[in-house]
Amino acid sequence: MGKVKKLLSGNEAIALGAYHSGIAVATAYPGTPSTEILENLAQFKDIYAEWSTNEKVAMEVGLGASYAGVRTIVSMKHVGLNVAADPFLAAATTGIHGGLVVVSADDPGIHSSQGEQDNRYYAKLARVPIVEPADSQEAYEFMGIAFALSEQYDTPVLFRVTTRVAHSKSVVELDESLIRPQHKKSFYHNVEKYVMLPVHARIRVPHMHRRMAELVEYAETTQLNKIIDGRSKLGIISSGVSYQYAREVFPEAHFLKLGMDYPLPPRMLHIFASRVDKLFVVEELDPFLEENIKELGIQVEGKKFISRVGELNKTIVQHAAEKAGLIIKPDQPADIGAIHNLPGRPPLLCPGCPHSGAFFVLSTMGQRAKILDASGKSQGESKLIITGDIGCYTLATYPPLRAMDTTACMGASIGQAIGLEKAGVSSKVVAVIGDSTFMHSGVTGVIDAIYNAAKIAIVILDNGTTAMTGHQDHPGSGVSAQGVVTKAVDIEQLVRGAGVNDVKVVNAFDIKSIRAALKSSLDSEEVSVVIVRGKCAVRNKARKNSRQVDTQKCNDCGVCLKIGCPAIYREDGKIVINASTCMGDQCGICEQLCPKQAIGISRDSN
Amino acid sequence: MVEKQDILLVGVGGQGTILASDILGEVALQMGLDVKKTDTLGMAQRGGSVTSHLRIGEKVWAPLISLAEADIIVAFEKLEAVRWAHFIKPQGLVIINDLAIPPLSISLGTHQYPGDEEILGIFKQRTNKIHLVSGSKHAGDIGDVRTLNIFMLGLLSTALPFHIDNQLWEKSIAAFIPKKIVDLNMRAFNTGREVAESVNI
Repeated sequence: MGKVKKLLSGNEAIALGAYHSGIAVATAYPGTPSTEILENLAQFKDIYAEWSTNEKVAMEVGLGASYAGVRTIVSMKHVGLNVAADPFLAAATTGIHGGLVVVSADDPGIHSSQGEQDNRYYAKLARVPIVEPADSQEAYEFMGIAFALSEQYDTPVLFRVTTRVAHSKSVVELDESLIRPQHKKSFYHNVEKYVMLPVHARIRVPHMHRRMAELVEYAETTQLNKIIDGRSKLGIISSGVSYQYAREVFPEAHFLKLGMDYPLPPRMLHIFASRVDKLFVVEELDPFLEENIKELGIQVEGKKFISRVGELNKTIVQHAAEKAGLIIKPDQPADIGAIHNLPGRPPLLCPGCPHSGAFFVLSTMGQRAKILDASGKSQGESKLIITGDIGCYTLATYPPLRAMDTTACMGASIGQAIGLEKAGVSSKVVAVIGDSTFMHSGVTGVIDAIYNAAKIAIVILDNGTTAMTGHQDHPGSGVSAQGVVTKAVDIEQLVRGAGVNDVKVVNAFDIKSIRAALKSSLDSEEVSVVIVRGKCAVRNKARKNSRQVDTQKCNDCGVCLKIGCPAIYREDGKIVINASTCMGDQCGICEQLCPKQAIGISRDSN
Repeated sequence: MVEKQDILLVGVGGQGTILASDILGEVALQMGLDVKKTDTLGMAQRGGSVTSHLRIGEKVWAPLISLAEADIIVAFEKLEAVRWAHFIKPQGLVIINDLAIPPLSISLGTHQYPGDEEILGIFKQRTNKIHLVSGSKHAGDIGDVRTLNIFMLGLLSTALPFHIDNQLWEKSIAAFIPKKIVDLNMRAFNTGREVAESVNI
């Protein structure tokens, strides 16, 4: 055993780097692009790894573990840090005991998120350092440096990655003979450090500012930051994946490559500036580096030419460099255009998805089908407002279902429904939320609805998993991240315990029951909960008896196409069902809906 | 000095596009080359567009292939081929599986699926090296249409500008595929190589 080279994703490298740094505890809530960090860590049986209820709890569990003296990693997507902001800032205030590294996986370009935000600002707000790798090798190596940094300066470290680093694979050289450092578990009573009464917080806050001054000195000498000499008189400052694009666009330039985005090294920056005629910052999203460099009195340009919006790539950096007069426009082949109006492949609910039936029923209520057109906007008010939430089921927004009016952030559907009802809209209001999202942050909404007597219906789509991020377990599934059978939190008992009297549980593949339950809930004068239960189609291996359209009976009315099932489509003018993707007996929704009874078990199906 | 290769593999969720690029990435790693690979799936679980950027060379910086710089595009589906056509470099190699998977918008009648002439015409503005191959049919003949990705990998293997030992291919394929279907997939791989020869890729 010794040094080996592996092709690892940024997330795999982060997990391995943390493990080799001797972590004892890892916590997370799933969220693209961060999910695989905990998935990989959970495979090591000599550490404790958990899917926490949400990011706030993950951060608090992580903080407790750190107080016990062990190295701990907490990982989440960018918006997860919004949820965890309170304990994150608390951790920054109390400081740590065992190293605490918080991974924030930002999503420039909004590949799979509800928004774009630059979480580097959180570090400035919390007065903690940022470490940011540019590829998998750095993700692996920087993790060890981040833990040492955390312990040396009594601070959590924000380990910031973006989708392109988290999800790209690159070569990592690692030492498989490495022995993990061990940390003694110990907790010491120290109220000035751990009990944030105002009188103690007033001691800690000046300490945070002293810490920041010391971190500036650290930034001057750390191996995280490096100058790479070039041949031209242009100086590029960059970090993360932006550095990789910049290296291709400016092969001759000098580079200041920052592995520590915050705080910056002033002396190093002044020395770098003195070596070149012009400084240019290449960074994704907001001008975080640029603003902080300017604060030091150093002239730089960057965001004047590079968009703050979306993900960068070489072409974008190249165009910015041309506009800034830094490079001459390279020869490029003529644009070949594209076929006009190329049909897209929007993500869809899967064949046999347990959400399809409930959304089909909702789409037919409150005159939604009549009032709402494909443009996604309407002047008319439907008689049913559907507040939505975050998960696969947000896809029900698309035609043909169009069964969602709002989606903001995790758990917002229930609060929004209460707000709409209390504002006095004449329409009925239903909140739709998945089981994992409900556990994450829907529960407090239900308590609010009960306490404030909101006349809303709440639909909980219970597929037993956190589907969209790749089927992670959650409190309702009763299996831990490391595969240990624990105790499943019962949604029905939970809402009853909160005071909901009207709770109905229906089979996700029984259209009549769903319709009856929704109708009675919408007519109810009190908070009413419908739990629509059915196994996620991707996890359901029991595919049998695919359905088929009897072309003799089919009158091409198109009702089945309105389910939005990808297995049902029109081919040569006829409606057909794809036998290899249809879930058959596990679903049967199209068969229940067909007014001509033209859908049945395929004769040649297996 | 190994010539840089930017290879874009595109397809529809479920076709094994990413697995094919994983195997090729492993092969390149074993050859001691630098490799960067990034996949774009969006929110797709099944049936969405899937793109895998694979960059191989002595030293690779950016994980993403740039516009008009792909040396090779391997498309597992025709509509996906045309979606990424602007990535092909002048005189780059294009290998397209002759298969149409119409998206829902076509069933609902709001869009038309482009015809073969239209698709090939787009590419012809940049390159003459375009091959439309009946990959799904070959894979079906081999015994399982799901071997399409390895069949396409076989085609691609003949087009790379460096020699790769057959044993290395076999080892890398075996590393990613369940043991009981390795033989089936090696048949698909070798059929891909034979077909590549017959159509002169």
